[in-house]
Amino acid sequence: MAFDQLSDRLQMAMRRVRGKARLTEKDIEEMMREVRLSLLEADVNFKVVKSFTKDVKEKALGDKILKGLNPGQQVVKVVHESLTELLGGETSAFTLEKGKTTSIMLSGLQGSGKTTTAGKLANYIRKHHDAKPLLVALDVYRPAAIEQLVTIGEQLGIDVYEQGTKTPLKDVIDGALEHAEANGHDVLIFDTAGRLHIDETMMEELKTVKAHLRPDEIYLVLDAMTGQDAVSVADHFHQSLSITGSIITKLDGDTRGGAALSMKKVADVPIKFMGLGEKLEDLEVFHPERMAGRILGMGDVMTLVDKVSENVDEEDMMSMMEKMMEGKFNFNDYLKQLKMVKRMGSLSGLMKLIPGMNKMTKNMNVDDKQIVYIETLINSMTKQERKKPELIKNSSSRRRRVAQGSGRSVAEVNRLLQTLDQQKQAMQRMSKMDPSSIDPNKPMKSMPQPPANKNKKKGKGKGKGGFRF
Amino acid sequence: MGFIKNLFQSKKRKQQAQKYRIGMEKTRENVFNRLDDLLQSGAPITEELFEDIEELFITADMGVDVVLSLVEHLRNTVEVKKIQDAHDLREVIVEEMFKRYVKDEIVDTNLQLSEGLSVLLFVGVNGVGKTTTIGKVAYLLQKKGKKVMMVAGDTFRAGAINQLRIWSERTGSEFFEKPKGSDPSSVMYDAIAYAKKHDIDVLLCDTAGRLQNKKHLMEELGKIHRVIGREIKGAPQETLLVVDATTGQNGLSQAKIFNEVTRLTGVVLTKLDGTAKGGIALAIRETIGVPVKMVGLGEKVDDLEHFDIEEYIYGLFADVI
Repeated sequence: MAFDQLSDRLQMAMRRVRGKARLTEKDIEEMMREVRLSLLEADVNFKVVKSFTKDVKEKALGDKILKGLNPGQQVVKVVHESLTELLGGETSAFTLEKGKTTSIMLSGLQGSGKTTTAGKLANYIRKHHDAKPLLVALDVYRPAAIEQLVTIGEQLGIDVYEQGTKTPLKDVIDGALEHAEANGHDVLIFDTAGRLHIDETMMEELKTVKAHLRPDEIYLVLDAMTGQDAVSVADHFHQSLSITGSIITKLDGDTRGGAALSMKKVADVPIKFMGLGEKLEDLEVFHPERMAGRILGMGDVMTLVDKVSENVDEEDMMSMMEKMMEGKFNFNDYLKQLKMVKRMGSLSGLMKLIPGMNKMTKNMNVDDKQIVYIETLINSMTKQERKKPELIKNSSSRRRRVAQGSGRSVAEVNRLLQTLDQQKQAMQRMSKMDPSSIDPNKPMKSMPQPPANKNKKKGKGKGKGGFRF
Repeated sequence: MGFIKNLFQSKKRKQQAQKYRIGMEKTRENVFNRLDDLLQSGAPITEELFEDIEELFITADMGVDVVLSLVEHLRNTVEVKKIQDAHDLREVIVEEMFKRYVKDEIVDTNLQLSEGLSVLLFVGVNGVGKTTTIGKVAYLLQKKGKKVMMVAGDTFRAGAINQLRIWSERTGSEFFEKPKGSDPSSVMYDAIAYAKKHDIDVLLCDTAGRLQNKKHLMEELGKIHRVIGREIKGAPQETLLVVDATTGQNGLSQAKIFNEVTRLTGVVLTKLDGTAKGGIALAIRETIGVPVKMVGLGEKVDDLEHFDIEEYIYGLFADVI
């Protein structure tokens, strides 16, 4: 997840302040220096950094100390709040007006991810707003751009309207609107060609498209890895088009994404969505507050809860829990569990949402491929074996066969068996536990040690940690 | 001191620098004219001045660490040499940037080709312009009389294969592909076998864009690199990391991890015709050691130039010196 290093650095700065009974002006200044460097390293625009640190310093020095907080916590709170504000304050909800056709136009530099985002956005709108989107190809310049959109449309089962590269854009737009009306599409997403913000001819073309189409939304698609120039890009696009929002892409990389932080502040448009992967489901609503929490290493439980509730069938979950508690958990359940996790997105991404896990994932080297390996292992078992893991446990020839069938090693089969056992044990222990003895403030300690960590300590090398969910 | 000035005495040098100047016009207007304002003759050297300089370099995406140490050097030089006029700082800055980039090495920006079949591998994150760069490099090599074949190693992204095919048609290069979804290493393997039989001089291998923190994708790239090396001794002759000039500090992480996986021989800095300063390339050279070989300055097939640090700095400082 993005912003990792930023949160590390801020945490370093916070550590000095944390636990102190009283804050001196010098403390705050020192901390602000760290915050400044950290934000600059994160590609936050230097002007934004300047006003941010000044802002935080003033707030922290003010006399509004809240009850129940020590001054250190107070500063953390102020930084968090200011960061949230910097990221746009409130979540800018995406809404669709029912009973009318909505057109959304995507714009941006070359390579920012417009075409992929167009597909993701169409998919998102279909899923969450019960709409029938139509993708429209307006990129007549980049070789094979239309083909790319058409392929994405096929993958999603969403219609794509295109007129090749020779038809004037105005005619494509008119055709698309007619097509939408005739076929009952209520949302149109226009994928325009990437262009440099200082290319006057090309920017003029966008203005013409806008004037002709009069879209409801114009989004700027911005690469999260953009440096200081993000501000100039946003500014130019905004001046030419009066954009209504932005979408930050490639936030699944290790970029700190400070460019995104600058967006709202400098161009004064909300960040609507963020792109989090190569799969067409990997688009999420941008939540400033959660993101600020993530930056500060506070975890993002809300997103996790959302993801879980969105993708997990409650009944399935309950019956699985029951099985686990009774110790009847077998490989079929394990497989089901893995599928649920997979639906939620990448494992490494999920881990980062859990408070306290952000740091751990760095050392754990979570490899999403592991899930695939485990699936292959289980798929190489017979139905009987899946139901009764003891069969494999008690027979080395079965273990060898599973290993060979899946192309993995026997050691991996053993580890899988071990993981399953540990899970069962852990769940049984939990079912016997008195719930009141669990301290909500120390969730990690009251939980059984995850096997992944055990393996890590034994030093079995990378990528060999077990998996448990 | 003063040798930088001499570098730019020759007329030829100045003409060559023209293209950079035009490409980087905006950069200079935005950043370095302010530098010009700051470093006026007669202006005193204050702590504020250092902070302003620091800020200007940060704006160029040169990276916090690089900039801090550069400004630290300025502070020291001012003290040691007792410089009092801000104007005199100009030369100190240019000279230091030059020295840091060159690192007492001979930086050869020519693409290294062997006798017989050579392989150039293009790697990078998504959307930096790998495919376009291959088109431009093909044009360059064709002009030199090389028989070039493009290899469609991006079997993942929708439309990627055809995008490259169109470039091969534009440049009159040969083209090698396998169906979408094929293992990219097998594409390389087959392409090399084909090229050996058909007297190809240079293979330009495209790869799918990948974020450097995706472990399995980086492993896939490592395999591609290994397969090429196994089939042809000493190949790939060049592994070029394509970096978008608008990239911020993440460029360092890109260079670091791609270098670990594929041993980079150079950087191609694309989209330098925008307002971005591409300062990250200097940071990459300073911290990872990989030099910039080429720069992309536009969308046309001939908008690719060899990188020349002198011209680059001159392009940035043309009005300053």
